[in-house]
Amino acid sequence: MKKFLASTVAASALALMLGMTSARAEDTVDPNAKQGGEIIATYKDDVTTLDPAIGYDWQNWSMIKSLFDGLMDYEPGTTKLKPDLAESYEISPDGKTFTFRLRHGVKFHNGREMTADDVKYSLDRVTNPKTQSPGAGFFGSIKGYDDVAAGKADSLAGVTVVDPYTVKFELSRPDATFLHVMAINFSHVVPKEEVEKYGADFGKHPVGTGAFKLAEWTLGQRIVFERNPDYWHKGLPHLDKITFEVGQEPIVALLRLQKGEIDLPLDGIPPAKFQEVMSDPEQKARVVEGGQLHTGYITMNTTMAPFDNVKVRQAVNMAINKARIIQIINGRAVPANQPLPPSMPAYDKQYKGYPYDVAKAKALLAEAGHPDGFDTQLFAMNTDPNPRIAQAIQQDLAAIGIKASIQALAQANVIAAGGDKAGAPMIWSGGMGWIADFPDPSNFYGPILGCAGAVPGGWNWSWYCNKDLDAKAAEADSIVDPAKSDERYKMWSDIYAKIMADAPWAPVFNEQRFTMKSARMGGADNLYVDPVHVPINYDNVYVKDVQ
Amino acid sequence: MIAYLGRRLIQSALILLGVSLITFALLYLLPADPVRQIAGRSATPQTVENIRQQLGLDQPFIVQYWHYLTKLISGDLGRSYIQRSEVTELIVSRLPASLLLMVGAILCELLIGLSMGLIAAVKRGTATDQTLMVASFVGVSAPQFVVGLLLLYVFAVRLSWFPIGGYGTWRHLVLPSLTMGILGAGWYARMMRSSMIDVLRQDYVRTARAKGLARGAIIFRHALPNAILPVIAMIGIDIGIFMGGIVVVESVFGWPGIGQLAWQAIQRVDIPIIMGVTLVSAFAIVVGNLLADFIAPFIDPRIKLR
Repeated sequence: MKKFLASTVAASALALMLGMTSARAEDTVDPNAKQGGEIIATYKDDVTTLDPAIGYDWQNWSMIKSLFDGLMDYEPGTTKLKPDLAESYEISPDGKTFTFRLRHGVKFHNGREMTADDVKYSLDRVTNPKTQSPGAGFFGSIKGYDDVAAGKADSLAGVTVVDPYTVKFELSRPDATFLHVMAINFSHVVPKEEVEKYGADFGKHPVGTGAFKLAEWTLGQRIVFERNPDYWHKGLPHLDKITFEVGQEPIVALLRLQKGEIDLPLDGIPPAKFQEVMSDPEQKARVVEGGQLHTGYITMNTTMAPFDNVKVRQAVNMAINKARIIQIINGRAVPANQPLPPSMPAYDKQYKGYPYDVAKAKALLAEAGHPDGFDTQLFAMNTDPNPRIAQAIQQDLAAIGIKASIQALAQANVIAAGGDKAGAPMIWSGGMGWIADFPDPSNFYGPILGCAGAVPGGWNWSWYCNKDLDAKAAEADSIVDPAKSDERYKMWSDIYAKIMADAPWAPVFNEQRFTMKSARMGGADNLYVDPVHVPINYDNVYVKDVQ
Repeated sequence: MIAYLGRRLIQSALILLGVSLITFALLYLLPADPVRQIAGRSATPQTVENIRQQLGLDQPFIVQYWHYLTKLISGDLGRSYIQRSEVTELIVSRLPASLLLMVGAILCELLIGLSMGLIAAVKRGTATDQTLMVASFVGVSAPQFVVGLLLLYVFAVRLSWFPIGGYGTWRHLVLPSLTMGILGAGWYARMMRSSMIDVLRQDYVRTARAKGLARGAIIFRHALPNAILPVIAMIGIDIGIFMGGIVVVESVFGWPGIGQLAWQAIQRVDIPIIMGVTLVSAFAIVVGNLLADFIAPFIDPRIKLR
């Protein structure tokens, strides 16, 4: 019954069904791009690790994507899935079997050809508890995951090497997000011999199949990437060399950019300098603004009085002056009216959300039996600008009679309070807000709004648990057929609309990203605010001043 | 002398043991759970428990501390939770930069501090003296973060004399050394001034003056060598102040030393690195104090080690 989508034509047809423009990798190369040149990028913190099974932060996320590849990736600068190390794939009608056919002739940086065995090895490794991967949980739908996670097996029963260029995944349940999971860094393919050679230090000696290879790593000073001349994707990368200088405060990096010493200060524009940069037309022209898969929100503990009353939660939603809060962060965000950020599929553009209406909020409070308001606590992280945002929320709440005392604490303490059922009546999520791991609406549900997250130590700080919605979410995620993705997204939009009716959160804003670059940097703007290759897509950018 | 040495060494070892115990206990009591940090948001409770077991963090405090101590004695500071590298390797790779900065800072503080103190003492009671003492006061009290950014702005951004942060050449070293040195220079200026004033009051100086020696000869040949020695002996103690300063200064200038390592580790709750850097710093301070004690009798024969 298996029929492979062997030709790129067929793959493109499938891609079109998925809403992709094309599955052919060659199309993604910018015809205007110039080849060659070197750039310098800076970061404040030293890079922790470049091991795809371990790395899970702002800095190493996109670096790892440039050193390694997964079976799937996204069109540069977008959230559209495309096959990457896979040439094509087939999904069984029941949505429980995914078969990937690999590209031929893809080589690791050590010269050896990558095969299906490497794919299987990489997944066995990332799910093995000994690897201590923060991403192991993403593979929970693969058959045999539980045995590996419990240490009862060394190998995932659901991953089979059919032949050197074919690998088959059997899932224990239909999982519509599985292609995204195959694009996430944790599933990227590593060569066994190099992992065994370096052991726990593989993260300092990464060897992958990616567009760049690691040329130098001087701890605390710099990391140098060099173009991989054997990269399977012809025409990429454009740059010959990227030097990441670490340990540079954002303010110092900005000064160096202004002097023309560096090209990309990747920690962004420091808040104190934001107005200055944006009011200078010459500098502003080199700032790229983009969305990110982030929402900042206020959680209300639905198991604690008076927030167990939906009217109280709705009143809070109407009391928050989001525009004013956005001013506090220099306008670096857009107001949010639903859990999903605007760049996420299934975001409901028609949905209007709760209006800012103090009178109506007061009326709702009165209906709920609190005409004079009540006393409560608002938890927030203690780093700027979060205490200032908490104060703005406090004032908004005071306007409808709710007297909230602010508990500004270290991040770990806020997370601990949120994960304790009797811990925190309200939390401002700033500094800990959810940033999606992959661009799929389900990623905003399970851990932060579903019943699975409403457990001690979990991330569902509203303790909102709606069994009906859990069932609907499971139903939506069982629609694996890419042709029905619109139907699936519609189901997710409905789920989030129902959540908003119950109002366990007051969504406040979606942060925008601002990447500043030197004048010589070229490439489409969306590469500099890539929603997946965060913060920027190193493989596709180029410099304009080379021959 | 030998008995004194032995006693001091035992004392130092006890101090280090105390530091390790207190730091370990403080980090143990932190509300942040390092295992959750490692396991990430998508981890199942089982994954969290697995990791906790592997790291031995499910053991009681005393057992954990004992394990740490036994490994420490063999020079093993453990593996970083977040960077997953050997802590010893991380610290060793960054020590040369911190030592270089320390040498630069000591040169700066001696050069600036001693000359300020000398001039102030010679010109005692004049406007010059007062200006210098106010300047030293400012040097002692100005936050290093501010001094660093100020120097960076004036000499690197505006005047372009030095690079804007970074590491590599002697030009990179000047501004961070100066930032570190200004704090110490204030102390040295004050100590040098009082030491010099003391010496200038001594009988032998009066004799020299009575003999009709030139003022310069008196100050530089007779007074200065005696005044400077007790001040120099303070360098050992300086290391303590220095260790506090590097965290800030290295961060401002992007200097790849252990101060920056510590700062990043604190932000990420990377406990093994915080432990390691604290112990290395404590070790440096203890050694510095020991040296200061042992150098003292050679400089001032009136001091006897007992």
